Amino acid sequence: MSLLTAIGLLPLISAGMIALIPTRNNELIKRATLVATTIIAISSIFLAVSFDKNSDQLQFVQKNSWISAFNINFSLGIDGISLVLILLSTILVPIVILATWNESENGRWSSKVFYVLLLTLESLMIGVFAANDLFLFYVFFEAMLIPVYFLIGGYGTGNKSAAAIKFLLYSLFGGLLMLASIIGVYIISSNQIGATFDITQLATLEIDNQTENFLFLGFFIAFAIKAPLWPFHTWLPDAAKAATPGTSVLLLGVLDKVGTYGMIRFCIQLFPDASKTFTPLIITLAVISIIYGAFMAIGQRDIKGLIAFTSISHFGFITMGIFAMTTQGMSGANLYMINHGFSTAALFLIAGWMISRRGSSTISDFGGLQRVTPVMSWSFFIAGMSSLALPGLSSFISEFLVLVGTYTRYPVAAIIGTLGIVLAALYILIPVQKALHGPIVSGNENLKDLNLREKIAIAPVILVIVFMGFYPKPVLDLINPTSEKVVVNAGFSDPIAKVGK
Amino acid sequence: MLSAPSLSYMLLSPMLIIFGAAVLGVLIEAFLGKTHRAAVQLTISIGALLLALLQLWQIKDMTSTTAAVNSVTIDRAGIFFQFIIVALALVAILLIADQDNFVAQASAVPGSTEEKIATQQRVQQTEIFPLVLFAVGGMMLFTVASDLITLFVALEVFSLPLYLLAGLSRRRRLLSQEAALKYFLLGAYASAFFLFGSAFIYGYAGTVSISAISAAAGSANDIFLFIGIIFMSVGLLFKVSAVPFHSWTPDVYQGAPTPITGFMAACTKVAAFGAILRIFYVGFADAQSLWQPIISVIAIITMIFGSVVAIAQRDVKRMLAYSSIAHAGFLLLGVISLSKEGLAASLFYLFSYGFTTIAAFGIISLVRDSTGEVSDLNRWVGLGKKSPLVAAVFSFLLLGFAGIPLTSGFIGKFAIFSAAYQSANISLVVVGVLASAIAAFFYIRVIIMMFFTDPVNDSVSVIIPSIRSRIAIICATLISLLLGVFPSLLLNASNSFANLIK
Repeated sequence: MSLLTAIGLLPLISAGMIALIPTRNNELIKRATLVATTIIAISSIFLAVSFDKNSDQLQFVQKNSWISAFNINFSLGIDGISLVLILLSTILVPIVILATWNESENGRWSSKVFYVLLLTLESLMIGVFAANDLFLFYVFFEAMLIPVYFLIGGYGTGNKSAAAIKFLLYSLFGGLLMLASIIGVYIISSNQIGATFDITQLATLEIDNQTENFLFLGFFIAFAIKAPLWPFHTWLPDAAKAATPGTSVLLLGVLDKVGTYGMIRFCIQLFPDASKTFTPLIITLAVISIIYGAFMAIGQRDIKGLIAFTSISHFGFITMGIFAMTTQGMSGANLYMINHGFSTAALFLIAGWMISRRGSSTISDFGGLQRVTPVMSWSFFIAGMSSLALPGLSSFISEFLVLVGTYTRYPVAAIIGTLGIVLAALYILIPVQKALHGPIVSGNENLKDLNLREKIAIAPVILVIVFMGFYPKPVLDLINPTSEKVVVNAGFSDPIAKVGK
Repeated sequence: MLSAPSLSYMLLSPMLIIFGAAVLGVLIEAFLGKTHRAAVQLTISIGALLLALLQLWQIKDMTSTTAAVNSVTIDRAGIFFQFIIVALALVAILLIADQDNFVAQASAVPGSTEEKIATQQRVQQTEIFPLVLFAVGGMMLFTVASDLITLFVALEVFSLPLYLLAGLSRRRRLLSQEAALKYFLLGAYASAFFLFGSAFIYGYAGTVSISAISAAAGSANDIFLFIGIIFMSVGLLFKVSAVPFHSWTPDVYQGAPTPITGFMAACTKVAAFGAILRIFYVGFADAQSLWQPIISVIAIITMIFGSVVAIAQRDVKRMLAYSSIAHAGFLLLGVISLSKEGLAASLFYLFSYGFTTIAAFGIISLVRDSTGEVSDLNRWVGLGKKSPLVAAVFSFLLLGFAGIPLTSGFIGKFAIFSAAYQSANISLVVVGVLASAIAAFFYIRVIIMMFFTDPVNDSVSVIIPSIRSRIAIICATLISLLLGVFPSLLLNASNSFANLIK
């Protein structure tokens, strides 16, 4: 068993052990989960250290036969892109647990169920990024929905069951379209090279154009629903508003990345020609998402809704970077996934604390928090600045890379995309001004600032945001070889000579 | 000079055991006192089913087209179908034997004093056991029958007991009797259509043997073959409840005693698809171009209609009835594929669907209030709070019906869609996945009702299941879980058994 498989299984095993603790023993359950997920996070960092970043080959490969009748293998292995996304997931989970220590207590079921679901989800998240077998990927992709569904529906607020079912149905619909495409790819492989689900082998198939286009669309729509691209986005704001802040962090920070990850791994690698055909359409949708998400964010009164729409805008950037088919764009998009994960995590967690303290999620109910709760306000400010891509904070570099990468091939799209940055300043600064600055709105006078636990939880996130803003090299080193490989394998070369990083 | 036909008793033994036990059961009804009947009947039924399973295991590698003078073909697929039917019946009989689901005295008019007296005696009709065994025997014969006459006889042998069983519900008897009558009348029509079609086929091919029909294809005016296929299909599609021959399904599912619904839903599907697959794969394979377009259209409307109408249902049994219609549509893809993969996929699908269905109906029979079973979905709200385990198991089964990965339903769907795709029926696959997406909605809605809605005061409770139904439900659930995670166990078997002798 490779280290990767062990890390993937650890959360599941921990879930099983936590299920054995008596339900009444709340504190013990929480602590045990925190310890377990921290150990997992540390081991995944260890995984990253022992990862050979100069190689663009799959590493930590594990392959066992699972369903021999269809030649389906339990096959795991990671390259740079998978690795950083796994790191993102495993690091965010303990932070979420610590930050939202009491979140699980107001749910429909006990805290134990919450943490068992969360740990199961973590295993599936690792699996989905590590799977090298298309069928296995699909299984993780779909199975992931179930714990999230129960996390939203069981522990959320407001119109949670409607939001949960909307989320599930959208995702299932996309997933089933993808299933049809997966079957198509599988049958084509059995006619050409012998039935297989191995992604590397599937990439070598010769598919005729029309079929390839249809198969591509099956995958793309599934992923465009997951990493919501306009017009497939409507489930996201509802889900984000209804879910607990912790669930929202994982939903937007990690789960939605499965969509953009899938575009890179499957859409482009398996169907390079179809990707080329659809690029203009996809870039258009991405640009619309950037602008639409930004405008909708400006109009939001609800703070969670605001973050959800900013994410739609950011997913537009990521998709644009991916389908620009340049190495800068691809690297930028990959880096963006990580940065967006952390800055959204920070925003959601702090927004969650603000909401639970104030008892309201309307932006205008806050006001003057800067004076009452300085630490919380500063953290929110930094996360917000990162979200609007202020130079020196993490998102700036990725957004810059995406725009540069896109500009070399699609200058118009890049220029319109730049407008998104301007709008980003609006949708972040207006709420910052309303909520943090100005006179103290009545009812806010006695709000408490962050306690020690919350400070410990948010500190690493802020640290990552600042650190990645100045020194993204460690992550870029992991991402770049794979990004280049993806672009080259898809048959593209950069329109202009590579710029140094 | 008349010579006795030669029969290979070994190959026929599984069916003979079941029929023998059924006859024995009838004699017990006549000669044994009331007090011991139930226990003896149950023992005999379980014993016969186990023995039949054992016998099937013994003959699993044998094949013969002349087991009973050309009327019965024992082949790999036939043995597998019989195996599924007996295994499902074994689980179902535990549910059937369990609670007081059956009427105390079927001959008593509903609401009469006779009925009250009979009910107070706390007995129920024990004829259900021989009836079930006759049905099982008929189903087994139906899947291996290789001439049209035997097929028709088998069809009647398994249908008649089911008509009766459907009317034997202990509570809401009028509803049950209405369901039985409806089932009987429509079933009789369907049988007539089947017979009518057989006559046309005989006229066309000059033979009733399925393999000879295949050889005769193209020898005469195809219109007669076409008419024959159409009319026979009506009879067969009625049994699997494909649209537009489905209208009995919701009423009968709702009215029949729940364990019988489970038995019927699981076993009838296997038997009818067993026969359909044999007839179309062996008899009509060469006339593919005649029937494939029609069956494709029926598959499409069946998948979509079943999934869409299920959304509107407020009764859990009716909902599962429409879900079974949708599943019949998916299974038809296996027939249309007309390939070894299609057959293997159908075998897997029928096996996994059967067990999931029996477990689901087993759970439905546990949800009750003071007057009996509650199948009204609006009263299932909050079940997850009162009995988390039962609600969780039921949710798992629903996810299996919906075909979520890691359940057996998903592997079944995947296998059958792959087979259909491989045989170039891509549009059917697309309709199939869309119908699955629609279907997911109503399965998930039930989960929402159970888990995300607070219980209302008048809500129902889950009775503590007896050991028998506990075994049945646990077995069936474990099988669907196991087949979802380790499908290889069965997939390899269904591949190696996917062989019909022509």
